[in-house]
Amino acid sequence: MDIDTVRLWATVGVIAIGTIAPAISIGFIGSTAVKSIGRNPEAASKIQTAMILAIAFAEAIAIYALVVSLIVKFVA
Amino acid sequence: MEAISLKAQQIFSIGGFGVTNSVFLTFVVMVLLIGLAAVLNRKMSLVPGKLQVLAEIGTEKLLDLMSSTLGSQKKAEQYFPLIATIFIFILFSNLLGIFPGVGSLVVHYQGNQVPLFRSPAADLNFTLAFAVISVILSNVLGAAAVGTFAHLKKFFNISNPIAFFIGILELVSEIAKVISLSFRLFGNVFAGEVLLTIVFSLAPYLVPLPFMMLELFVGLIQAFLFAMLTLVSIALHTSIQEH
Repeated sequence: MDIDTVRLWATVGVIAIGTIAPAISIGFIGSTAVKSIGRNPEAASKIQTAMILAIAFAEAIAIYALVVSLIVKFVA
Repeated sequence: MEAISLKAQQIFSIGGFGVTNSVFLTFVVMVLLIGLAAVLNRKMSLVPGKLQVLAEIGTEKLLDLMSSTLGSQKKAEQYFPLIATIFIFILFSNLLGIFPGVGSLVVHYQGNQVPLFRSPAADLNFTLAFAVISVILSNVLGAAAVGTFAHLKKFFNISNPIAFFIGILELVSEIAKVISLSFRLFGNVFAGEVLLTIVFSLAPYLVPLPFMMLELFVGLIQAFLFAMLTLVSIALHTSIQEH
């Protein structure tokens, strides 16, 4: 395999594998947040703020994978 | 389709300083925000007009959110300028980044065609600067609130080996915060730009609408998120932690 084929496969592979774990974790965060809002509707806005924060942290990992894939494709 | 470049391209130079298209749009955002602030300040009255009502609603909501995170209204008013500036600047940058003309108007510079405007947060320098300012300021404000010695003791705690190790981990986590803040904003906005470039080159009529709505939403969420993460970091550093 020459370097261009490897680069192509690397671009696709990084983003495909790198978004599996963040997707699962965002699903977990959302489901726990919804369950706890159902259990305690008065704290809904606090739970919502914490949920958005946690989802941003989890999504950042997927963004790291995306940036690596972009670097592989567009830089060297 | 134009070439997608990871770095912002230079469009002219002032003296020895090369001005890139991201820096150019950052200047436009700055002028717009300063003009907006000047207009609001001049026409400020006890019976508010529409623009003033909008500004007051935004200010109240943000202050409520901050005081519920920080614990007191006084602290919220103290740190409000930093958080509000981060939020408003990044929000306007992201919104102007999908404006018509951004990415499509080209100039000729040194032989090739480069876009005249480029979303400011699609340049890593912009996001890195914000992240560094945010982390340094949250540490400085924490040191100002609880005392420099108490703040440094969080990182260099030599009472027992485990506490020392935890202090080193806290230091590493501050550095990781810089990297994660900058790359989160950069990755989101740059990926959105790439997506819009590709969609516009494939099907320019009607089809890009859901993608532009996604970009609008992502821009808003990322601006809010950056401000919120800075706020949480300040809240953690300025609160007196008791075991």
